[in-house]
Amino acid sequence: MEPSEHLFRHEAGRMVATLTRIFGVHNLGLAEDVVQDAFCRALEVWKFRGMPENPSGWLMTTAKNRALDVLRRERTARTFAPEITRQLESEWTLAPTVEAEFGPEAIKDDELRMMFSCCNPQLPEEGQISLILNILCGFSVDEIANAFVSSHAAIEKRITRSKNVLARSRKLFDISGADDFARRLAAVQRALYLLFNEGYHGASPESAVRADLCRESMRLASILLKNPLGATPSTYALAALMCLNAARLPARRDVSGRLAALGDQDRSQFDQALAQEGQRLLELSASGAELTDYHIEAAIAWAHTSPLRTEDTDWAMIVSFYDQLSAIRPSPVVALNRAIAISQHEGPQRGLDEIHAIEDSERLANYPFYYAALGELELRMQNKEAARMHFASALRLARNSMEQSFFEQRIDACG
Amino acid sequence: MNEFVFLYRGGEHGRLPERAQQIMQKWVAWFKELTDKGHLKDMGQPLERSGKLVSGKRKTVTDGPFAEAKDVIGGYTLILAKDVNEAAELAKGCPIFEAEGQVEVRPIMKLNM
Repeated sequence: MEPSEHLFRHEAGRMVATLTRIFGVHNLGLAEDVVQDAFCRALEVWKFRGMPENPSGWLMTTAKNRALDVLRRERTARTFAPEITRQLESEWTLAPTVEAEFGPEAIKDDELRMMFSCCNPQLPEEGQISLILNILCGFSVDEIANAFVSSHAAIEKRITRSKNVLARSRKLFDISGADDFARRLAAVQRALYLLFNEGYHGASPESAVRADLCRESMRLASILLKNPLGATPSTYALAALMCLNAARLPARRDVSGRLAALGDQDRSQFDQALAQEGQRLLELSASGAELTDYHIEAAIAWAHTSPLRTEDTDWAMIVSFYDQLSAIRPSPVVALNRAIAISQHEGPQRGLDEIHAIEDSERLANYPFYYAALGELELRMQNKEAARMHFASALRLARNSMEQSFFEQRIDACG
Repeated sequence: MNEFVFLYRGGEHGRLPERAQQIMQKWVAWFKELTDKGHLKDMGQPLERSGKLVSGKRKTVTDGPFAEAKDVIGGYTLILAKDVNEAAELAKGCPIFEAEGQVEVRPIMKLNM
């Protein structure tokens, strides 16, 4: 039997989350050591005996036994989680306590608790996301550096610093308090949103890496939805926008998705199961009084995904969604996407007018797809020289070889 | 067909999740290939890395490890092959070499009685 895809990554997240609850958040490093030991053990045994029936259970049991050893060995030298420290001191209570702490009821919310703990307000957003990827998704420093097109040293520093903040927070986030939960929820949603976007629009040249980020953010969003406090209309909207956008990933011909509105996509390649799941989640998000930017982004994704033919796209509706989004969360990128939608609806000249009217467009000065959008619209106006110039600007700003060849191809299209 | 034992020394532990995944997949694929081609007599067993060493006339018992980590035998497999050269060829497919491990190929002695 083959290990299921990303088995070790996902088990790493679950195991570290459980062990950290027992060891205490200040012993995160110790929890990670125990997980790595369990992986080594698994490899040695599974190589020869094959995969066990229930690899997750096997790994968790191995981690539990190893945790017992560690607790016995270190209980005089270290302090562990304050709630159970007393029970760990005596051999009479140690084993039954650890047994109970690994029980199905106890471990149920461990990943969620860790997710909330990683979104510590003392950490910048990129620190929160790196922690989530490292601890809960089992990404190594190199894999995170690869995803963010950063250096090993920079990411290592970021993660070390973030882990120190987490350790100093003394305890994991308490997810049982409804008020605290609701307050932290927005930060968690935001981190998952950014994680998804990094995958969907990110700079990593490897599409496999970006697909990994999208899939991980969707997995974490579904964990959030399983908790009654986490399953709010805005979480449903967030999960919906992920599914509806991810459904179009297989058909995406351009390199970043930013120009998806301009390119023609092969709709037969859309992932219909994901599209349907997205629509179901979108319907579930439509309750309560709150309309979040996740709702609107999900609606935009739905408007792109649901028509059977590209020419059936309701651009007027998409423009009105972008109007709403600009009102809730104004940004030059939102304005740019709105201008592109307008160009589909009212022609390239109107699109160009809108782009030129974007306030603080200097914030787009280093964004290759700003110039690419100008180029596409000029090209449609048959202004080939202007188009070529814009695509050349986009090419200078290209973040990786895939973007480069895409812009080169657009320059060639200018004749 | 003759019988051989592969003794595995060293190799990689796979402490990082995705690396562990890759190593596992490679070993699964390797054993599957050996099985499909009829070369696998017995997958064998992993061996604990530590143990006891009993030695000398006085039968002194000492704790392992017995050698440097890279020299410790981590497990064995029983292989069927035409001759020792074919067995050595088969051993070349082992994923252990990606991490500078070794496979010792030893014919199991035949008793012609």
